Amino acid sequence: MRAWTWLHPVVALVLAPLLGGLIARTKAVLAGRIGAPLLQPYRDLARLLRKESVYSRTTTAVFRAAPMAGLAAVSVATLVVPFGGAPALLAFPGDFVLVVGLLAIGRFGTVLAALDTGSSFEGMGASREVQLAALAEPALFLALAAVGLAAQGTSLSGMQAASSVESWLRAGPALPLVAAALLAVVLAENARIPVDDPNTHLELTMIHEVMVLDHSGPDLAFILYGSALKLWVMGALLVNVVLPIRTGSAWTDGAVSLGGMALLAVAIGLIESSMARLRLTRVPQLLVGAATLAALALVLVLR
Amino acid sequence: MTGWLDTLLVLIVLTNLKLLGSGRLGGCIRVVAAQGILLGGLPLLAAGEVPGTRALLLSAAGVGLKGIVFPWLLLRALREVKVQREVRPFLGYTASMLLGGGVLGVALWASARMPLPPAVRSSLLVPVALATMLTGLLVVVSRSKAITQVLGYLVFENGIYAFGVGIAPDAPVLVELGILLDVFVAVFVMGITIFHISREFDDIDTEQLSALRDWRPAPGSDGQGTAP
Repeated sequence: MRAWTWLHPVVALVLAPLLGGLIARTKAVLAGRIGAPLLQPYRDLARLLRKESVYSRTTTAVFRAAPMAGLAAVSVATLVVPFGGAPALLAFPGDFVLVVGLLAIGRFGTVLAALDTGSSFEGMGASREVQLAALAEPALFLALAAVGLAAQGTSLSGMQAASSVESWLRAGPALPLVAAALLAVVLAENARIPVDDPNTHLELTMIHEVMVLDHSGPDLAFILYGSALKLWVMGALLVNVVLPIRTGSAWTDGAVSLGGMALLAVAIGLIESSMARLRLTRVPQLLVGAATLAALALVLVLR
Repeated sequence: MTGWLDTLLVLIVLTNLKLLGSGRLGGCIRVVAAQGILLGGLPLLAAGEVPGTRALLLSAAGVGLKGIVFPWLLLRALREVKVQREVRPFLGYTASMLLGGGVLGVALWASARMPLPPAVRSSLLVPVALATMLTGLLVVVSRSKAITQVLGYLVFENGIYAFGVGIAPDAPVLVELGILLDVFVAVFVMGITIFHISREFDDIDTEQLSALRDWRPAPGSDGQGTAP
């Protein structure tokens, strides 16, 4: 039963870039292309790691430290997020605040590095990123609070252990609301399509991409790997809520959760292929809508 | 049974929020139509056990009028007057949605303090009805087009209808049908009014109605004129 407690951080570190590959492959298949191999993100990382980082003379130590800090923060988050029906390595009351805080530290590092370059363009991206994060975090907190109240616990592992198919049937229509809010947050925080286009390099529309333009070589690899891990961590939160299936066997539960992650990647690919990017002024509306949905779910659970 | 009722009520809340967040007149009309159809299910579920003839009649009349006839009338009016399809709110969409959430909180708070008859089948019914009324009010106040004001009126009426169905499931069917007829006439008259407003002003922005005056501004003045 406890196998996934130790396995999850390792699995997350190994498989996180695969999610990106799966999303890209889904989009390619839907567009009628063959697409890049599933392992392409790993090759990109390997290529970047062999290169040398180039630093502008205007940057300071902040710029060099940020990619490592970001990767470290997200890696620690994998220790706190439970997976596959087993509790996480680190579990204590209120640990979901730690996860959100770690993700915020990673974002803070990226934003500082972007401002450190002195480029007005990167400053614009940093401003957008922080604005959207300020709207996405309440939604995330409200959604997790609804799950926690339904599960009568404030630890992510406790929430996962207490949530089952029956507990959600009792909570009624709260589950779809929480799932929708979390999905919106996952898309927004990971720079996915209705909020930000990960492929675009068109200046005016970028949010996340624009902040990492000046990074190169291993630094860029750290950032890409960190964002893949971030997608994994937030995806695991969503999958824990949506698939509370417990069979009792660690391997089956793990397989269900891994299948959930793969489904999430395919779903993101589907969303990216079928939707257009929202106009930047409409994005706050999406996130406020997500926060309202989460608040509604919280009310339903509280009742 | 209560599970289905709760799901229906949550869907009604979602239509409220969607109405506050959408910026196209046609989309708003469809959202209100969806709300009307959802409300049609309310008498069936709120009546409890097996729905009687009365509940079926009310439900059918509600779905027919609010889900089909009103949207058709309003979409037709929208097509006839050839206006801009944007809502043009006084209050931004994001702020409206936040207020929509706040309104729900107020409704929950208020309904917790109301002495309610024990006949109410779901503790969510009264808050949702109150929130729907307040949302309708918000739409009337914060949107500038005449059509959106009709929609706000309809949503307000939907809230009262939900309240009535929940609080007094045994109210005479004649009263309910009378109210539906009144609403029908109101929407009909408002459709005609919208047409006339648009012919007079080439627009259905109610802001322009404030230009209607009994007296003419004095020539050469700042356009404000002097009171007679």
